[in-house]
Amino acid sequence: MKKIIFAAIATLFVTTMSAQMSDKFMAAMQSKVGMVDSIRDANSLKDLAAAFERIGDAEKTQWLPYYYAALCEVNATNIEMTNGGAVDMGNHSDKTDPAADRAEGWLNKAEALSKDNSEIFVVKKMIATLRLMGDPMNRYMTYGPEGGQALETAKKLNPDNPRIYILEALDKYYTPEQFGGSKDESKQLFQEALKKYDTYKPESAIHPNWGRVLVNTMLAQMK
Amino acid sequence: MTQFAVFMKKLLCVFHVFLPVFVFAQVTISGKVADKKGPLPDVSISLKDTYDGAITDSLGHFSFKTSEKGKFTLVVSSVGYKPFEEEITIEKTNLSYNIILKEAITEMKAVVVTAGTFEAGDKKRAGVVLTSLDIVTTASANADVTQALKTLPGAQQVGEQEGLFVRGGTAAETKIFIDGTLVNKFFYSSAPNISGYGRFSPFLFKGTVFSTGGYSALYGQALSAAVILESIDMPDRTTATLGLSVLGIDAGYQHVNKKKTVSWGADYNYTNLGLAYLVIKQKQDYFTYPGISEGHANFRIKTSKSGMLKYYSDYSFSNFGFREPSIDSIGYLNLFKLKNVFIYQNLSWKENLGPKWKVNMGVSYTNNQDHVDNRLQNSEYGDVSFFKNFYAEPTGIYFNSKAYVERKLRGLSAIRFGSEYNFSNDKGVFTGFLGTPTNYSVKENITALFAEGDVYITNGLAAKLGTRLEHSSTLDKFNMAPRISFAYKTGKSAQASVAYGIFYQTPEAKYLPSANPLTFLKATHYIAQYLVQSNQRVFRAEVYYKKYEELIKTGLISGRDAAINNNGSGDARGFEFFWRDKKTVKYLDYWISYTYLDTKRNYLNFPYETTPNFAAKHTASIVIKTFALPIKTGFNLSYTYSSGRPYYNIMWDGAKYYFSDKGFTPDYHNVSFSLNYVPSVGKQNPRSFVVYVVSINNIFNIKQTYGYEYSYNGARKEPIVPPSRMFVFIGAFFSFGTDRTQDAINNNL
Repeated sequence: MKKIIFAAIATLFVTTMSAQMSDKFMAAMQSKVGMVDSIRDANSLKDLAAAFERIGDAEKTQWLPYYYAALCEVNATNIEMTNGGAVDMGNHSDKTDPAADRAEGWLNKAEALSKDNSEIFVVKKMIATLRLMGDPMNRYMTYGPEGGQALETAKKLNPDNPRIYILEALDKYYTPEQFGGSKDESKQLFQEALKKYDTYKPESAIHPNWGRVLVNTMLAQMK
Repeated sequence: MTQFAVFMKKLLCVFHVFLPVFVFAQVTISGKVADKKGPLPDVSISLKDTYDGAITDSLGHFSFKTSEKGKFTLVVSSVGYKPFEEEITIEKTNLSYNIILKEAITEMKAVVVTAGTFEAGDKKRAGVVLTSLDIVTTASANADVTQALKTLPGAQQVGEQEGLFVRGGTAAETKIFIDGTLVNKFFYSSAPNISGYGRFSPFLFKGTVFSTGGYSALYGQALSAAVILESIDMPDRTTATLGLSVLGIDAGYQHVNKKKTVSWGADYNYTNLGLAYLVIKQKQDYFTYPGISEGHANFRIKTSKSGMLKYYSDYSFSNFGFREPSIDSIGYLNLFKLKNVFIYQNLSWKENLGPKWKVNMGVSYTNNQDHVDNRLQNSEYGDVSFFKNFYAEPTGIYFNSKAYVERKLRGLSAIRFGSEYNFSNDKGVFTGFLGTPTNYSVKENITALFAEGDVYITNGLAAKLGTRLEHSSTLDKFNMAPRISFAYKTGKSAQASVAYGIFYQTPEAKYLPSANPLTFLKATHYIAQYLVQSNQRVFRAEVYYKKYEELIKTGLISGRDAAINNNGSGDARGFEFFWRDKKTVKYLDYWISYTYLDTKRNYLNFPYETTPNFAAKHTASIVIKTFALPIKTGFNLSYTYSSGRPYYNIMWDGAKYYFSDKGFTPDYHNVSFSLNYVPSVGKQNPRSFVVYVVSINNIFNIKQTYGYEYSYNGARKEPIVPPSRMFVFIGAFFSFGTDRTQDAINNNL
């Protein structure tokens, strides 16, 4: 009996320890993933990106931390550029390029761990847009189609990913009408995204599920 | 509940009670990160293999808590710095570190050796000057590469001849390279005093480097300048194109496979100036309007992740014929007829062999055949015997190849070495007015070896050291040409560079073979440059001195002007400014260039040293572009000024050459305007795309005099002027399956 108890305790101890490991990962991630949607301050987002990077480096086999690191870096830079009063980010490739390089480095690590992932292609599109905005004059040729293609691939991999429609909607929203932008079409796309959220089930609590806040803010703005 | 279960629960409780103890036993690790210059923000600090770490704030401070215990590695990293690692032991006490990072030499920060060079293309590294869209939206350029380069400092506004006359050099001193290999007949064959256009569309190229001196040892056989064109790699998508204009029609198809690893395409165009010449009166009376029938074919294959095989070919047939009043015999006409058949093939391959080695190879073949008929006729178009009459069939067969490898060294430093081989056979039949055909053939083999090193001493100081060894089979001589340049960063976006180099080229084929032993022509360049480049703005100032030695001198040998020796010499000095600004005024892009040139030379049949007729003291250009969104139209304007150029007539008095007349042409002014209407701007992802173009060259109909032409006896002189003062072009270009709208607009934003 004692032997059984000992064995049971030992087993329990081991399983608790391993659960502890992934619990530790889950816990660390969960506390941070929630912040991805709520933090709107560039510096805090950069801290968050670095924190995700550290988790990714330590775990080595998880794509999510690197994915979030890339996402936060892009978001941080977008906020930084627009807050600085440079709403047309056109002339700041000296700032946007290093950020895009960092984000791309992380996203490549994520992609190496998780191939053909719709979410990763969404961030690819975001990086392409960031690069394009650095010097639109000379870069539409390359990064316009590159971003479009990434989004197409994302759609092919998972047409129910709501974030694809958010990016399409944002493109429509911020493009001047003369260039093919349209507030009406943008609104439709945001609504489409909202519909997708209703049925979208993330794989786990730490899998990508961001964007809903943004859609609601944008739709409220458009009323 | 069994006893066992109760026990387990209690045990778990024990764990849960103890767990927070571990969590609370935290240690703070803090410190400061700096480099030689001061604190560094945004540096990432982490404990290897844990989640713990931080990034530094704007003052370089960092601080984080960790509950880890034992030996760990503290990793400190920041882009542009060498990574820093330290083994640390975490116990109970808080830890503090002062970390100094060392700068790594990186492409982002390092200075670029730029003396003498204008680099264009969408590269991350600064230096963008002209893209292919810049070229087609430069009003005076008519979508011609070299015409657009003439709006940059260094080049002269020579309109009576094709080619680039750079810093006191002749057009033959500028060589053009596509994907590394020399292009022998870049321009369409033309009549005397009418400039020929370039054969190659600006859309073929992703990068244009215009080097007005001091260029790399990879390039030779050019005393003055090198235009280095790099063709585009893989097109973005499959497209079909159609163009209609007052000058002709073109159609093409370009296929790209889904994986973007293979593409092929072909196009055909037919150009005929007849319609335009009916409306725009030409100086010449054409009996055959200039017509060009031309086909292109290409393929590109991605041979690996980094490798690319590219093929491009051009087949063209062109002809024209006109009569104009003879300058030699009043009341008589001079007939000029030209037929040209041209074949060009270029194959290039580049590949990375491992992380350190890179291979570049290219071969090109050109076959160019002209049939030229020049005769004097009476007013009834009957032939009249005259000593200037001739019929010639010059044929040029050219084969060029170049191969080199690059080995990356520490940091950004690298060495490159390789060889180049140029074969040319200029042959043909020349029938003078006496009617006896003479066959000639000049074969030349130039073999070259070159080596070059990029040495990055720090991010702020770099050097390029190279040398080139050449052998010419016709001259049976060797030359060795060293090239050295340095660049030093003087500020965040400013740098100063200097360059020195010796440049050789063999005499032009028309002076070969020679009864007298000849040698290489030689030029030595000394250049100093100051460059400030920030986003959307470029300022460049350059001063130079160029010394010419061993230029060809000619004399009259059995009635023909022929090379006698290499005793010619000369020099050129000057300064140049360039300013481009896309930032100050929204939607407006403009550049201004100014060139001051002081040059003299004694070459060919010059009686003594003088300023040649292709050199103006002052040259300036202003190019302005803007795009009006509401009307979807781009407006482009350019103004070019050049002070009067010298003209002269050189005659033979029986013993020596002398200037029978000398003077300066009036100043040259040209205002050109073009507009592009892009109706598909409003559509998102249109299936087809169309651009309407109207361009007017010399809009104010200003009289432009390039020089003077003299009758054989020097008794009459007539101004050399463009065939028509003003020229208007109207066209529409359709593209299916692609969207170039954004290119057209954003080029102008």
